[in-house]
Amino acid sequence: MLTAQDLNLSQASKPAFTPEDVQLDITLEQLKRLVSPRAFTGETMLLNMGPQHPSTHGVLRLLLELDGETIVNCIPDIGYLHTGIEKTAESKPFIKAIPLTDRTDYLAPMSNNLAFCGAVEKLVGIEVPLRAQYLRVILMELTRMNSHLVWLGTHALDIGAMSVFLYAMREREMILDVYEAVSGARMMSSYIRPGGLWRDVPNSFYDLVRKILDVFPARLLEYEKLLTHNPMWKDRTVGVGKISAEDAIAWGLTGPSLRGSGVNYDVRKAQPYSSYDHFDFSVPLGSNGDVYDRFMCRMEEFHQSLKIIRQALDRLPPGPVMTDDRKVAPPPKHEIAYSMESLIHHFKLWTEGFRAPEGEVYFAVESGKGEYGVLISGDGSPKPRRVHFRAPSFYNLQALPQMSQGYLIADLVGIIGSIDIVLGDVDR
Amino acid sequence: MDVISNLLKIISDFVAELIRSIFGFSPFLAELITMGLAAVVLATFAALSFMGLTYVERKVVARIQDRIGPNQAGPFGLLQPIADGIKMFTKEDTTPAAADRWVYNLAPLVIAVFALTTYAVLPFAPGVVGTNLNVGVFFILAIGSGSIIAILMAGWGSNNKYALLGAFRTVAQLVGYEVPMLLNLLPVVMLTGSMSLIDIVNHQTTLDGNPGIPHIIYLPLSALVFLISGVAETGRSPFDLLEAESEIVAGFHTEYSGMKFALFFLGEYVNALAVSFVFATLFLGGYAGPILPPYIWLLLKAALVFFVLMWLRGTLPRVRIDQMHNLNWKFLVPMSIVNLVLVMLALKLFPASAAAQAASGGVLVSPGAQAVILMLINLAVLLVSLSLVGRAARRLRMQEEALLAQRRAANMAMARA
Repeated sequence: MLTAQDLNLSQASKPAFTPEDVQLDITLEQLKRLVSPRAFTGETMLLNMGPQHPSTHGVLRLLLELDGETIVNCIPDIGYLHTGIEKTAESKPFIKAIPLTDRTDYLAPMSNNLAFCGAVEKLVGIEVPLRAQYLRVILMELTRMNSHLVWLGTHALDIGAMSVFLYAMREREMILDVYEAVSGARMMSSYIRPGGLWRDVPNSFYDLVRKILDVFPARLLEYEKLLTHNPMWKDRTVGVGKISAEDAIAWGLTGPSLRGSGVNYDVRKAQPYSSYDHFDFSVPLGSNGDVYDRFMCRMEEFHQSLKIIRQALDRLPPGPVMTDDRKVAPPPKHEIAYSMESLIHHFKLWTEGFRAPEGEVYFAVESGKGEYGVLISGDGSPKPRRVHFRAPSFYNLQALPQMSQGYLIADLVGIIGSIDIVLGDVDR
Repeated sequence: MDVISNLLKIISDFVAELIRSIFGFSPFLAELITMGLAAVVLATFAALSFMGLTYVERKVVARIQDRIGPNQAGPFGLLQPIADGIKMFTKEDTTPAAADRWVYNLAPLVIAVFALTTYAVLPFAPGVVGTNLNVGVFFILAIGSGSIIAILMAGWGSNNKYALLGAFRTVAQLVGYEVPMLLNLLPVVMLTGSMSLIDIVNHQTTLDGNPGIPHIIYLPLSALVFLISGVAETGRSPFDLLEAESEIVAGFHTEYSGMKFALFFLGEYVNALAVSFVFATLFLGGYAGPILPPYIWLLLKAALVFFVLMWLRGTLPRVRIDQMHNLNWKFLVPMSIVNLVLVMLALKLFPASAAAQAASGGVLVSPGAQAVILMLINLAVLLVSLSLVGRAARRLRMQEEALLAQRRAANMAMARA
């Protein structure tokens, strides 16, 4: 029989474990602030979840302090997918840094492209033709659907509904076909360039997008039948992982994770970019800030995305898709053959790149996961002095410890799914 | 026709006679050897059906999920289970350094043995049964809970936190769901007046061997609850919390590899198949059926039940541990108790046989009328419980909404101030 005195003794003499035991690079004092004193008496259990775990969506590591199955503390440990993208971007001309942005949030490459190119355009002062803006909007919404489909599939898979994952992948295939048609690549598209688009869309683009518009509403109905109105799904999600609007703002949540708490903030409405203000759409809001509301926000965004794509496709103007400013846009191939000036531009652009003025700009887009912002600090050379990506996954992940406290392990995987993180985006 | 329908019986008699006449053994020894052979055949049947079932389940779930499923090994991927078996056999057999070696290594054997033992009392055709135990139903329940020990052994012996969590969940789940399972076996036993599975099948058969009224007509509620608790007992989706791969990696068998893992897998499938067989025997009339031989009928009925299990797996999300226990203790168990008491009263008031009437009085009714009375009672209990739960849930939801509105109003006031 253990007495309280025994416990105190063991606590006083030697801690049951040290930060090295749980492989955290912090001091014992710091660790004591992260876990409760009960962990040192052996009353609660420390469980290492990840970096290799089926439902941490990549290489997220969570150190959990558990009382039975209840989460007392959750300590996220990131950095397992650090690729140094921000640093690498500093050593490349702007146009050559675009492929790097594909690889941050690899489920929404076009959003990242646009955020980076938008920042460059803002810094250099480039006007983008209307057709390119509309095409960007279509691609942006397709990207949002792409991102949401992967989220939906993995979120449902985490909660045990296996079939939804495969249905979502089936639908995603249609969007990847569009990517392939426009850019030649299915994931790392690098299609959006400063000043417009790499090239105009091929003729097959319109049919592919129309097909998505035709097929999707019925498929969404399928998901609603399987999940939205499923009492078991509701039991698992309603009232789980609650976060209040104040806390959500304080933690810097954005995107559906923020709107699930009822905060009406959407970059597309707050600071319209790429002529988003030309289109009629609404921003779905939740009220409880639980997993179900975040789920519903994203489900509704599918409908809104379809609505935007339909409008943009119907009103797509003709014209060029690249600015005619030869300083930033590569000249067409046929011009090079007879124009000396074009040849020089071509040569300069692909060897040195274009120069950006000195100054700092911040440009944000609403990606599927939240506000994806890019801060570029230019120093007058063709390369940025500093690039920073405000990756939504990183900020959304911050709120995980607060969201998961007091819930069960089974809820934790649902909460991780509901904040929709991509580890490439968190670590950059 | 008789030869086909009595095939199993004829073969077993032939073998017994052969052993007796060739080796000159005493009848007792001959019977012992025959029974040993029968046990081997049964165990082989269960193991083979496990192989077949993995293939069928993968194909069916693939269909549900708009995939093709295994199609590379052999025609239509039929050799996939064999390929899997070879893989399992050739994998390294690891034991964690900190494991409790005896407990760890024994657990897969225990679970496989308990899973296979259930088949000893299943009647496959008239006269074809491992052993006609007069407490067959009781035996199935007892053996069914045996696998809990194996899972606890695996969870504890692995010395792994995930395995331990899986084992905790298992014990709570399996022990809990035995109660509704038992409570819904009792009406069948009371109806039949026997615990022997053969008597239970006979009760669902007319005297001349034709299929009579299956118990699912008498006791639809019991059948439903039995199926639900059967799914929970075998730890299949949506009650697959013991090995919820997205939460606790693989639960109790996280540390197992190679053939030991395969034995756990076998235990799980064989248990699920056993539940299908028991359900078919208790509620769907067992081997009784027209035209086709009896054992084919039993297989068909069990396959139907197993298909429902696969269907559930392809469709539903996983429940959480507290929700699972709420469903059990706050819904299934009380409902089953009420149902049990009402069925008991009905059986006393409306006996279907003269002997029963002589024992306790009441109005003698035909089996058909009795079936209708019991069915009505079952359905009434189900509807009343559903509406009660629905009303309670509505009240809870309204309370929550009121609370939320209050909080919002407070927030608004704060924002204004």
